[in-house]
Parts: sequence; structure tokens; C-alpha cells
Amino acid sequence: MAEVHDLPGDAVGVEIALEEVEVALLLSLAAQMAEFVAPRPLESEDPLAALVGIDPSAQMSDDPALQRLLPDAYADDPDASAQFRRFTERDLREAKVRNALSVTEQLAGSPSSVVVTGDAIPPWLGFLNDTRLTLGTRLELSEDNHDELADLPESDPRAGLFQVYDWLTFLQESIVQRLLPSA
Amino acid sequence: MSVAPAEVERPQVVEDTDRPWITLVWNDPVNLMSYVTYVFMEYFHYDRAKAELLMLDVHEKGRAVVSNGTRDEMERDVTAMHGYGLWATMQKDS
Repeated sequence: MAEVHDLPGDAVGVEIALEEVEVALLLSLAAQMAEFVAPRPLESEDPLAALVGIDPSAQMSDDPALQRLLPDAYADDPDASAQFRRFTERDLREAKVRNALSVTEQLAGSPSSVVVTGDAIPPWLGFLNDTRLTLGTRLELSEDNHDELADLPESDPRAGLFQVYDWLTFLQESIVQRLLPSA
Repeated sequence: MSVAPAEVERPQVVEDTDRPWITLVWNDPVNLMSYVTYVFMEYFHYDRAKAELLMLDVHEKGRAVVSNGTRDEMERDVTAMHGYGLWATMQKDS
């Protein structure tokens, strides 16, 4: 089972010790996440729009997980949300892909531990959180069905998914607890 | 301050009328309380006490106003929250 340790001295960051099967799982999840959130090819022929990352065809996905990863920005203004999405969604998707690729790079060669510090911290936390959001949405996790999901029989197709979700929760919580400044 | 030319003060007036936008963070069943606190400290540079209060508001009341400012500033904050995976929206303060 993965273990998360403080770095020596006052260094901000963590060292994560991982078993081989855990590295393989993270690599598989990172590859899936990178593919899942990747921006679609631009339909626009407008070179200027392409250059600045505007996607005129960007709209709220039908997929509940993508809806959660890429939410509307305006609570009460669908037009403003749509406009905002055309200007920003592509960048947001690319940032999430970069997070997954950054984790993948650190796990190349299946190391028995990785040091997560400095610029490596945001990608790890972002990737773990996005993956939990995606799995949580797939599991239709709510405030009050956590125990129910935890008790699913092995035969239930959601059981394995929940185990992964639960392990990612443990990993993220262990990392964040060590990064949280005390004041 | 009293001798400051009028031109210097005018942008302040514009700023005031253009400020009433807020960023809200909404509760969801996935995000960890520790992570939400961490994001508020990391991004907004709030101290731990303030970050935890806001996090508890999100958790218990379903949402909290985490920042206010111009529309541009709130668009930046909302985008940043989405980057962290927090569910955030912006609106005009009422």
C-alpha cells in the first residue's frame, strides 16, 4: 500500500512510496484522463482563433463527468457561460492533460517512490482530484451513499471502480495533509 | 491626499462601480475538506483559519463567496478554481 512521507528538513513536498501495481494503476488512469479531457480538434478554420485558443464550437458536454470537470462559469447567465467557454475551455482542457502527462513522466520506469515538490505538486493534486471527480461521477457518489458503495459485493461492476476511487482518496488526503500549512 | 489631482481619483470611482462581482464555490460529494482548504490558502493566500471557515461554509451551507472584485478578476478566479477541480461560478453581487 502506498505511503506518503514528509521530505527531510523544511522542504515543501512529499515522497510517495508506491508498489509496482500502484504505479501501473496511476499510469493507466493518467493515460485515460489525458485522453478523456483532451480538447477536440478545432473545427474553426480561423487561424487567429486557433492561435489564441478560442474554440467557437465549445459547448457543455453531455457527459456528467466532463460537466463536472468543465463547469459553466456563470451561475445565472447561460449566454455568458457559453461565451466564456468558447474562450477558456480549450486552455482548461490542455492544463488538465498536462497534469496527467506530468504525473506520467514522473512515473516512467516504474520507480518505487517519487518526490513531489515545487512545480510537480499542482499537477499531482490536479490529476488526483480530476480522476476522483470523474470516478465519483461515474459511481453517482453522493453525500450519503458512500457506505453503500463501500459495501458493494465483488460481483458488482461498481465495486472495483469504488476501490480505485477510495485508494485515490487516501492518496490525495495523505498528500494534502502533509502540504497544508499550519497557519 | 487632498492635493491629488482629480484625474488620479477617477479610476477609483470606475473601479468601485465595476467591483460587485463575486466568485462562489459550491459543495460537492467528492472534493476533500483538506483539499478545499489547501486550494483557498494556496490560490487566495488566505490564512488557515479563514480558509477553513470558507471551506466549512461550502460544506455546511452548500456554497461560499470566496472572492469579490471586477468581472475580469472573477473570471480569473473561476478559471483557477476549475483548474483545481473545485466547482465555482461567478455572478453579480446582489
